[in-house]
Amino acid sequence: MSEIKATLISPSSNSLDLRELWQYRGLLRMFVWRDIKLRYKQTVLGLSWAVAQPLFTMIVFSLLFGALAKIPSEGIPYPLFSYSGLLAWTLFSGGLGRGASSLVTETSLVQKVYFPRIILPLSGVLSPLLDFAIAFVILIGLMIYFGYYPSAMMLFIIPLLLLQLLFTLGLSFWLSAINVEYRDIAQVIPFLIQLLLFASPVIYATSLVPARFHTAYMILNPMAGIIEGYRWAILGTERPDYLLGISALMIIAILVSGAIYFKHREKAFADVI
Amino acid sequence: MKIIEIESLGKKYRTGQIVSYKTVQDSLSSLWRKKEPMGIIWALKDISLSIEQGEVLGIIGANGAGKSTLLKILSKITYPTEGKAIVRGKASALLEVGAGFHPEFTGRENIYLNGTLLGMGKSEIAKKLESIVDFSGIGEYLDTPVKRYSSGMFVRLAFAVAAHLEPEILIIDEVLSVGDAQFQKKSLAKMESSAKEGRTVLFVSHNLAAVKSLCSRCVLLDKGKIVKEGSPNEVVAHYLSEAGQETFPKTVESNMGNDLLRINTVSLITTEPTARIGLSQPIIIEIAYEIIRYSQIKLNIVLFDQGENCLFGSMSNHDRPLPVGKYISTCIIPSNWLNEGRFRISVAGFGAQWTEPFRIHKALVFQTYDDGFTKDYFREYSGPFRPQLKWNTERGNN
Repeated sequence: MSEIKATLISPSSNSLDLRELWQYRGLLRMFVWRDIKLRYKQTVLGLSWAVAQPLFTMIVFSLLFGALAKIPSEGIPYPLFSYSGLLAWTLFSGGLGRGASSLVTETSLVQKVYFPRIILPLSGVLSPLLDFAIAFVILIGLMIYFGYYPSAMMLFIIPLLLLQLLFTLGLSFWLSAINVEYRDIAQVIPFLIQLLLFASPVIYATSLVPARFHTAYMILNPMAGIIEGYRWAILGTERPDYLLGISALMIIAILVSGAIYFKHREKAFADVI
Repeated sequence: MKIIEIESLGKKYRTGQIVSYKTVQDSLSSLWRKKEPMGIIWALKDISLSIEQGEVLGIIGANGAGKSTLLKILSKITYPTEGKAIVRGKASALLEVGAGFHPEFTGRENIYLNGTLLGMGKSEIAKKLESIVDFSGIGEYLDTPVKRYSSGMFVRLAFAVAAHLEPEILIIDEVLSVGDAQFQKKSLAKMESSAKEGRTVLFVSHNLAAVKSLCSRCVLLDKGKIVKEGSPNEVVAHYLSEAGQETFPKTVESNMGNDLLRINTVSLITTEPTARIGLSQPIIIEIAYEIIRYSQIKLNIVLFDQGENCLFGSMSNHDRPLPVGKYISTCIIPSNWLNEGRFRISVAGFGAQWTEPFRIHKALVFQTYDDGFTKDYFREYSGPFRPQLKWNTERGNN
């Protein structure tokens, strides 16, 4: 018989157990798979929906803000400009919406089954990645159509994507844990996502914001630095070193504090939810 | 080897904490409003217990005695307030059959979902798939969405997955009370064989017969404390005799419901101060409830005897939709029909088409006593019923 693992159960909370999390990776995969499968079950268009959302939003934005309002887009064709922002934005809003409500939507599981709770917000944040990948293919199509050829620079999307996922995760830790006790969060999230869209350089470029506000802008909305980063990697706009740096610091702060808060509240989830 | 050691474990709940969740406004307003005194309930207090490897431990007790809380702590779903427990080895908890089942998914997909949740690996499930399907008997429905299953099929499939777990410690909460009699027998046999393989089993049940036949040791909980520990026969007998002396309130507040209705109280109409009634009286069960939304609702009662055998169920049969407001429905069990004893009633509410069901398992407990309906026979009658049947006597032809 192999060595027996003894588990101590006591009133003090456990620290984040990464080894246990690794043991439960199969469950994480299962949750992500279930979420994706459920979303497209009994739909006629199936995965095409992943494309429809950013694509049609881009068309509306291009007509309204590009053609009518003539918002400057740093010399880039407006459809391409807004689509590159929407790509990151759709992943963020989808992940945050799912991540923040993840504990509450699985109430019965939280009350009846043990698993590291952190898997729930994690799976919520990861499940829109497939949509992102599909929408990304459309981006390449758009780029070629507008005469921008994909370069090796686009590899920088990978660290940017990672940073964005960590940000979504950090926020989801906070919001999902608060949501267990205060259902107000469920009301706040759609509203917050809508507000943040206008506070992010999706429709416009950061250069439109007066330079003295840039630091405050990035602190209040770390997604701004990330979106500018995507544009730099995809379309070769100016490299947002400073902006991205502030965003990254802010993201780390939110992620770490979120994880601590989540672990701290975790004990009471099954009793309070 | 001691596989589980529990040392002065306790779990405290604040009343209200388990009942409803808060909004930010509630918290803010409680800052300046006078604080209502918060009640504290110890769901468990001073529990010390050690369990040897290979033991099958039965845990019995009335509703609210803390049985489920104990299992939830041992399976790490909730935390204790004080004390500690050490669990040696891989534990799987079955607190609900079909956890994680999704109606949109097929039987096969749900086997994977549920199996993963219970801690099985993908290859392990693949290896056991055939045996799980065999055990459940769902056969050709394997690739049909579970929403098209009958409730019996659903339960059988869910239990089949659980029955194929091979943890060192198995923690089971009242899951055998589901399914038809034949399937229950099959499940009990499966549990018996898993105990024989040297697995440690913790088993909560109201089914005292199952506890007696399956367990090697038994613990009786009452109000969060261990009040008796020993051989199953001894502990079950103690539980039953204790329960016989108890008195029960005539009216039980339940405050449970769904979007359509909320059941406030369930009462026994009797002239006695407690829930006792003579055999010659009709047993009138009064259910007071509120309709929250104009709708057609149905109520259902199910009666259980002292040994937790289900005696019968009855469905309300007034079918018109009811406007919002308070209502009282009564159900009358005829006089001279039940035997002496203690009975439990569970009450369920449904919307039309049996939607949004909820059930109050212990809606009311009452006792019946002989108030002189048999004039000359004073010994025991067997069985839960003692009906006054029609007898005919005629002179036969020679």
